[in-house]
Amino acid sequence: MDSFPIIRVVAKLIIPYILLFGFYVQFHGDFGPGGGFQAGVILASGLILYGLVFGLPAVKKVAPPKLIEKLIALGLLIYAGTGVATMLCGKAKGGAHDDLHAEHGRAMANYLDYGALDHHFLPGILPHGQHLGIFLIEFGVGVTVTAVMTMIFYCFAGRHPQSNSEATP
Amino acid sequence: MFVSLFILTLLVVTAISIARIRDLWAAVMFTGIFSFLGACWMLILDAPDVAFTEAAVGAGISTFLMLGTLALAGKKEKPTKGSPLVPLFVVGITGAALIYGTLDMPHFGDPNSPVQTRIQPGFVEKSQGDMHGLPNVVTALLGSYRGYDTLGETAVIFTAGIAVILILRRSSQEVPKSGRPQKGSN
Repeated sequence: MDSFPIIRVVAKLIIPYILLFGFYVQFHGDFGPGGGFQAGVILASGLILYGLVFGLPAVKKVAPPKLIEKLIALGLLIYAGTGVATMLCGKAKGGAHDDLHAEHGRAMANYLDYGALDHHFLPGILPHGQHLGIFLIEFGVGVTVTAVMTMIFYCFAGRHPQSNSEATP
Repeated sequence: MFVSLFILTLLVVTAISIARIRDLWAAVMFTGIFSFLGACWMLILDAPDVAFTEAAVGAGISTFLMLGTLALAGKKEKPTKGSPLVPLFVVGITGAALIYGTLDMPHFGDPNSPVQTRIQPGFVEKSQGDMHGLPNVVTALLGSYRGYDTLGETAVIFTAGIAVILILRRSSQEVPKSGRPQKGSN
């Protein structure tokens, strides 16, 4: 798309704000509308816009497919790992499901019972308990969704007959 | 009220155009417009998170995917053979059934509808105490109370991504040989 300077300039101006908005939706999702999935698709659409305007090789330099592949799995791993972390951190104190296993006494917390994350990590700096758990799993969802959407873009654009330049006809 | 009518009218007009147009490239653009109008409509219904998703996925990513498909498959729709009466009949019956179904639904914003009265009030009441200062009840529901659901949804997205990679990745590029055994492990 070398012959469309307006599109190039406008895309260059807009993309940082799209990405910034994506991060805002991700990390502000516990206060405002949004969350991991929404943030993921917004971030991915920023990357896809970059790929459409500046070509597939340019966007592959920013987000290498090998890295994206690994991020697909990493996001799910963060989510599932949060569940394992809650189990390892022990019984929930004042958690959402506290009454459920009060009779168990001092036992392992349930999978994904974020109440167990109370004040284990950097108290005062990180949020804790349910808040920290939701933050972590939303982050995992965001990573997976961004990576999957970008990977789908790479796969479709890579199949274009005159592949490596542009995806649009 | 006026804005709603305006957007709904535009939605209907766009839908009819998509159905009637023969140039597929233009039809794809119209689906993008349709999604964007849908996003505006969601915003009016106070669902900004759905609007984000609709704008990014519906108007952005899926429009691109259809364009990419068109680049491979050609831009013109082939003329259909046979009489249009049977499809028209099927579509008419389906549409009538759907409209009949909406007759049972409560009016929009009806305070006595099940959505307003039968929701588990415990979530909204307990959420503030449970969530350690997390004010967004929707996020709390999806992330904590229904954490298993969301884990499953993430796994679905993960699986979809893996499937697309396995089906569409060009074999010349990265994994000509080692692509096969991976298939079994997923």
